Amino acid sequence: MEQTPQAKGTIPRLWGELVDWFDDRFPATETWNYHLAKYYAPKNHNFWYLMGWLAMVILANQLITGIWLTMSYVPSDEGAFASVEYIMRDVEFGWLLRYLHSTGASAFFVIVYFHMFRGLMYGSYRKPRELLWLIGMAIYLALMAEGFFGYLLPWGNMSYWAAQVIISLFGAIPYIGPDLMEWIRGDFLVSEITLNRFFALHVVALPLVLVGLVFVHLVALHHVGSTAPDGADIKKHKDATGKPLDGIPFWPYTVTHDVHATVVFLFIFCAAVFFAPEMGGYFLERPNFEMANPLKTPEHIVPVWYYTPFYAMLRAATYPLFGMPAKFWGLVVMGGAIIIPALLPWLDRSPVASIRSKGLASKWMLGLFVVSFVILGYLGITPPSPVATAAAQVFTVLYFAYFVLMPWYTRVEKTKPPPDRVTMR
Amino acid sequence: MRVFLLLALIACPAAGAWAAASDWPMEPMQPNLEDQPSLQRGFKLYANYCLGCHSLQFQRYERTADDLGIPHDVAADELIFTGQKIGELMTTAMDPESAKAWFGAPPPDLTMVSRVRSPEWTYNYLKTFYLDESRPFGVNNKVFENVGMPHALIDLQGVQRDACPPGVEDCNQLAIDSGSGLLTAEQYDQAVFDLVNFLHYVGEPSRRDRERLGIYVLGFLAFLGIFTYLLNREFWKDVH
Amino acid sequence: MSTETAVGGETASTAPNPVNRERRYFLIGATATVGGIGAVGAAIPFVQSWMPSAKARAAGAPVTLDIGKLRPGEMLGPIPAWRGKPVFVVRRSDEAVAHLEQANSNLADPDSNNSEMQPEYARNAWRSRRPEIGIYLGLCTHLGCSPKFYGAVQPESFDANWQGGFFCPCHGSRFDLAGRVVKAVPAPDNLEVPPHRFASENTVVIGEDEEAA
Repeated sequence: MEQTPQAKGTIPRLWGELVDWFDDRFPATETWNYHLAKYYAPKNHNFWYLMGWLAMVILANQLITGIWLTMSYVPSDEGAFASVEYIMRDVEFGWLLRYLHSTGASAFFVIVYFHMFRGLMYGSYRKPRELLWLIGMAIYLALMAEGFFGYLLPWGNMSYWAAQVIISLFGAIPYIGPDLMEWIRGDFLVSEITLNRFFALHVVALPLVLVGLVFVHLVALHHVGSTAPDGADIKKHKDATGKPLDGIPFWPYTVTHDVHATVVFLFIFCAAVFFAPEMGGYFLERPNFEMANPLKTPEHIVPVWYYTPFYAMLRAATYPLFGMPAKFWGLVVMGGAIIIPALLPWLDRSPVASIRSKGLASKWMLGLFVVSFVILGYLGITPPSPVATAAAQVFTVLYFAYFVLMPWYTRVEKTKPPPDRVTMR
Repeated sequence: MRVFLLLALIACPAAGAWAAASDWPMEPMQPNLEDQPSLQRGFKLYANYCLGCHSLQFQRYERTADDLGIPHDVAADELIFTGQKIGELMTTAMDPESAKAWFGAPPPDLTMVSRVRSPEWTYNYLKTFYLDESRPFGVNNKVFENVGMPHALIDLQGVQRDACPPGVEDCNQLAIDSGSGLLTAEQYDQAVFDLVNFLHYVGEPSRRDRERLGIYVLGFLAFLGIFTYLLNREFWKDVH
Repeated sequence: MSTETAVGGETASTAPNPVNRERRYFLIGATATVGGIGAVGAAIPFVQSWMPSAKARAAGAPVTLDIGKLRPGEMLGPIPAWRGKPVFVVRRSDEAVAHLEQANSNLADPDSNNSEMQPEYARNAWRSRRPEIGIYLGLCTHLGCSPKFYGAVQPESFDANWQGGFFCPCHGSRFDLAGRVVKAVPAPDNLEVPPHRFASENTVVIGEDEEAA
């Protein structure tokens, strides 16, 4: 690595002095090496391991386009809807900024769901990555809140009634529910007061929280290191200089991978932004092109697609139990479904991490879990019917079974030992 | 009491909730934003027949004229009836209070109607007004039942009636009294197409720009993708 | 960092075939170049979105003023605005016009040599299309305060030999009735003449030349 001094030209020497000056005052080289240049990742990282980086790309997109949209958006009941149309029509390239942001919201959730699925598949939540997983769960919750607050801002009729419905959920909490609803809205109905606080939370508070959480997520990741898809640990086998034998350095291998993945992702993303920003009503719904009207609910009121699995579970609770109404249990089921993945580090009792080494039971349960999640997402979009409700109840049970039964099925099933060295497949 | 509730349950949907739904067999309508003459005719129809009551409050005359290839002086002379400047939004001069008195509710703004409903819905809506003496304006509509609006294009289309054979209800057939309108059936279809095409444009005026720019963006990303692919492949030769 | 590291080929399981360094450098350069072009392209919408929007352009559209009631020695009031800026429209008496035409060593730029401050048609002694009508943007060229109109020829507190014109209360800059700045005041330039045209004898359109109409 080190070159002899006389081989250096003037510019490298000056550069070296500048770096030294900084390093005496700030851990610049140290940070660079620790987090990037000398961070080794398993060389068999596959498709699913690209999602973390892509999530950061889309976060950057949301932050930048969001800042630019804030420049022309007016958070008032008279002005909000009109200002969105002002952005769409009068501001130069405003339509592009808006579609990048609205499509970006959906893309963010696609990426994050893929990222979380990777964690389920390869046991990314297991020791010593429990805290990394919990920070990730916190990011997910913050992201859901960010999406919810942001969804009210266009002040379309769907925005309005979606906010109305979600806030009403809190009314199901015993004793404090009704007061809590008024406290959240700051009014007796969703109004400009609600819009203003949601605006503040969406553009200032939650972005700060998100960026902070992403930062500690990365710090935690670089402390414990990445998993490998086959469950091998690259830290076990190192060469004489301490480099993992099965690891690849950030430059040039991780960079070339991530750069190409980014371009492919941007191609798909831009195809949606430029040719299907409404995505057939899943990204931008028809009723939301109509201004908020507190006297008229849209015919089919549904949340955006990324919340619909949980919405379906909420609607699946139809029985009162233990003297509490069904509405309360709906809230419990929904809240539980969102929170329960946080318990995974302690639910998984398998001796092995990766799905490749786990037994048939784990593979089936993960498969059923994914199927349940997708079907619940579909059921959450469709109008309620007796058949749909019954189906939602079945799949809600399957969804929870994945978690609740995990301590049992991960212990009894037969597992294969993980490979000692990583395998390239 | 129970009987009353039951009756109310049956009656309510019939009067209210079903109002927007209909079983009218929708004629397909595919807008064409590349057809500028159609959009120009649609703009003219809108200015003459609709803009008196229905504003396009988010859209400007100037932008519309530019996008549709209409010279500013022509637009100012033939399409702006409110004395507004060309840079202004297409609002209506109608006072909302008196509008409410006349129609029961102020006529809605139609900037986004094509995105809220669909071009197909709007097209069928404008074609299915029919005579119904029981309604305040003497007409009803097949896709928007009990609509609170007169048939603004009746001069063009002529008088249309429910054409069900005696004793049959809801056969989904309409017939026009021959010679009662200024336009033939084909001409009227074209006029409604133009109008709906125009509304489709107004719903998202940047749509054409978006799709044109999109081709270049995707083309560029594909080009960049060739390099990032080769770069990735070249370096990953080292990894086995 | 050594060259070998920069282009890879040094992992434990190094390939038997040698690394083609030229190809690697070329691909890095090409990707960086094309990617850089893309980054510049992606910045365009963000930069462009700061340009005046259609709403701002509509609000800044030309303004039509009726000057039929404006009498000699007066300024049009209430002060009209074009693009949100005050516009001073004055009708000068014959004596004032005659005074403007006399050589005046007291002025910083009597011949309007700074072509930025007026359209070509206003580059004359009275800095206007018609000698008796003067049209100026009412913002001082020093720091943008709006000067006051002192039309009468009479001694003023700021100038005992005042011949009529504009006085800026912020920093004491003075302009004559043609908007020409006097010497030794903070303002560097004459008042700006906005593009304008006469639609008729008594109607003037601010913000539009004949060419643009």
